[in-house]
Amino acid sequence: MADTESAKWKEWFLNYSLYVILGVLIIAVVVKEPSFLSFNNFSKIMAQASTRGILALGVAGMIVYTGTDLSAGRILGCAAAVSASLLQSVTYASRMYPNITEPLPMIVPLILAIIVSMMFCCINAFGISILKMHAFIISLGTQLIAYGTLCLYIDSQKNGAQPLASLDPRYIGIVNGHFDLGFMQLPYLVIYLVICSAFMWVIWNKTTTGKNMFAIGGNAEAAAVSGVNVTKNIFCVYLIAGVLYGIAAFLEAGRVQSVTTATGLNYDLDAISGCVIGGVSFTGGVGTIPGVLIGVIILQVINYSLYYLNVNAYYQYIIKGLIIIVAVAIDVRKYIAKK
Amino acid sequence: MVSKTAGYILEMNGIDKSFPGVKALDQASLRLKAGTVHALMGENGAGKSTLMKCLFGIYRADGGEISVMGKPARFGGPREAMEGGVSMVHQELNQVLKRSVMENIWLGRFPKRFGFVSHKIMYERTASIFADLGINVNPRMIIGRLSVSQRQMVEIAKAVSYNAKILVLDEPTSSLTNDEVEHLFTIINKLRSNGVGIIYISHRMEEILKISDEVTIMRDGRWIGTEAASDLTVDKIIKMMVGRDLTQRFPPKTNKPGAELLEVESLTGLYMPTCRDVTFTLRRGEILGVAGLVGSRRTELLETIFGIAHRSGGVIRKEGRHIVNKNSADAIKNGFAMLTEERRATGIFSMLDITFNSVIANIKNYAAHGLLAGGRMYTDTKWVIDSMKVKTPSQKTHIRDLSGGNQQKVVIGRWLLTNPDVLLLDEPTRGIDVGAKAEIYQLIINLAAEGKGIIMVSSEMPELIGISDRIAVMSGGRFAGILDASDATQEEIMRLAALYV
Repeated sequence: MADTESAKWKEWFLNYSLYVILGVLIIAVVVKEPSFLSFNNFSKIMAQASTRGILALGVAGMIVYTGTDLSAGRILGCAAAVSASLLQSVTYASRMYPNITEPLPMIVPLILAIIVSMMFCCINAFGISILKMHAFIISLGTQLIAYGTLCLYIDSQKNGAQPLASLDPRYIGIVNGHFDLGFMQLPYLVIYLVICSAFMWVIWNKTTTGKNMFAIGGNAEAAAVSGVNVTKNIFCVYLIAGVLYGIAAFLEAGRVQSVTTATGLNYDLDAISGCVIGGVSFTGGVGTIPGVLIGVIILQVINYSLYYLNVNAYYQYIIKGLIIIVAVAIDVRKYIAKK
Repeated sequence: MVSKTAGYILEMNGIDKSFPGVKALDQASLRLKAGTVHALMGENGAGKSTLMKCLFGIYRADGGEISVMGKPARFGGPREAMEGGVSMVHQELNQVLKRSVMENIWLGRFPKRFGFVSHKIMYERTASIFADLGINVNPRMIIGRLSVSQRQMVEIAKAVSYNAKILVLDEPTSSLTNDEVEHLFTIINKLRSNGVGIIYISHRMEEILKISDEVTIMRDGRWIGTEAASDLTVDKIIKMMVGRDLTQRFPPKTNKPGAELLEVESLTGLYMPTCRDVTFTLRRGEILGVAGLVGSRRTELLETIFGIAHRSGGVIRKEGRHIVNKNSADAIKNGFAMLTEERRATGIFSMLDITFNSVIANIKNYAAHGLLAGGRMYTDTKWVIDSMKVKTPSQKTHIRDLSGGNQQKVVIGRWLLTNPDVLLLDEPTRGIDVGAKAEIYQLIINLAAEGKGIIMVSSEMPELIGISDRIAVMSGGRFAGILDASDATQEEIMRLAALYV
């Protein structure tokens, strides 16, 4: 009996390790610094997690395919530059488009940001499904292309390369505003993240596209034999990711209120880490939307609490690295086949 | 019950199929009546799988006619076949292990409501098929958590969900317990009474005589006979399966077994399915053949000896010394070498050249002051090419550009460079044409004559009888008996191979 008891306990731990880690982290921080536990800290963490969370929701699909996306951050940079440049204050003298004298409707830059992201995602989808390249390689190429494009775009301003700043106050308001609930502030960013997550939950769980995505990631041959159109499915999932990248870019530009050539740098790695911590397995075919969200939030909790505890920034990197390794090491235990 | 005189729902006549160097099917035929179970029997490599692959359009037959329910049929693949009412449950189940039972069944045609996949409809349809067939599985379970027999039943349910009129079961009972077999038979009987025609591929004679109405026997890609199961006996089936002339020629045996080299006692693997309680001895200069059906765990036995599969019990002694091979590095150090069954997957490094492929198992012996000695690697590769008679333009040729036989010679040469005493050969002549086979036989006999001990797993009985000294027959993971090759018969091997299945 003792054996089965400990086996059960072990299985429970494997399945819920994420929540255990998150819980331990929060308790550790609270013990050290009781003031950490406040609604406003919570809403700050959520707001910071939102753009990367939306990015991660897109990247997660590619990891389910046993792939990855190294280009997500630079694609976000490009799309953010497009939407920021179109939404600079019309009173700002050195704006990128001096011909825009009336403020544009907000929807226009949002849609353009989405289109730009979708175009880059198409390159990745084409490389993977038609050219049969590994996702790592094709997205590495796309990353460089997107970075080059971003630099060219920023450099094309008549005053040379300078940050795209002085954004339209409406834009900043729609991104950084919040509802006042009395006991706490609920940032709009969190609401956007929730809407995107709900949308992706439906895609993953309630549509053929989502179901087929899991089938292809889990066993591509079985999926093909069952009549799944693999190429079409890959394009669908990448285009949906493009929509998410576009939304994330639009929000990120408004959040940081300045877009430079460094915007989006390493966001892809944060998104991938979030997915992996959240149990989206690199072995393919496994992952959930709540998992992705929790993964991204864990990363942000780590970031914020290390900052809150005043830990040396260099140690922060080391601690984050260790947490990623531990989380994934526990995760792969679930799938090791014994011989 | 549907009348047994009903017409044929599947007719395959005069099917031919050739692969380079091999005639896999030669005027093969099979005719299946509605509402019957039709057993398809034959040795490993008799052409049963190839015939089924032609039916499902995985292979395109070179000649012959296939008609399903009276109409000519030429399916472009398994999916088309399923939609045409022909389904197959493979021995190796091809499922998306991380997803639920019902998603596996409805993959590629999920039921929808308002444009969204409806789990409710999916669940209800799955549950009703399961209820019909008496399958007690929760449709929401992750399929990887089910037992093999449950997964197999899910596949059968999938076939039923496609409204299959013809169902092929490939070795459905090979990994089931007796109770599970009984349950499977209940399901088969239910399908039969619903008018489904079932092609049942199996090696288990008693089972076949119990469940099937008719039996078709194949040998060497040809149709040998179709008889009512009630007219057959186990002996008669065996005779029809193996009754061929020994047309292959084998080189004269020049090896003489000498002193005892290896002693294996009650060897048992750890993770099922695996070998159990295997005991034997091997002498220097001896070739010990290992016969058995697919799934008799011969490969697992070699892997357990070689240390790449875990063992739970048993002792291995080499020349009296107790040996523990914890991994392949230990095994190589202790003088073992293993030629794997899947040459492409685990034998050759196809994108690399012959030099690399020759020296890789012995690589640390070329290290001098931390760097590899190119000169000695060249000489040793040259030795491999010369002594194995590898036909290759140069040492720098990619091994994938060689024929199967020449690739196999390089891999054998690779292991000889480690100077082993015990060679474990798993299907050393698989996928090799007849001429190259003879060269491999000669090589094996020469190695034995030099005093090495050889354990050779093979599914070709003539080859085992032709070059072994003794033949161990495995069945269900155990040794069913060890025969002297000089007076072993194929009938006797067949009987032992079916002993514990």
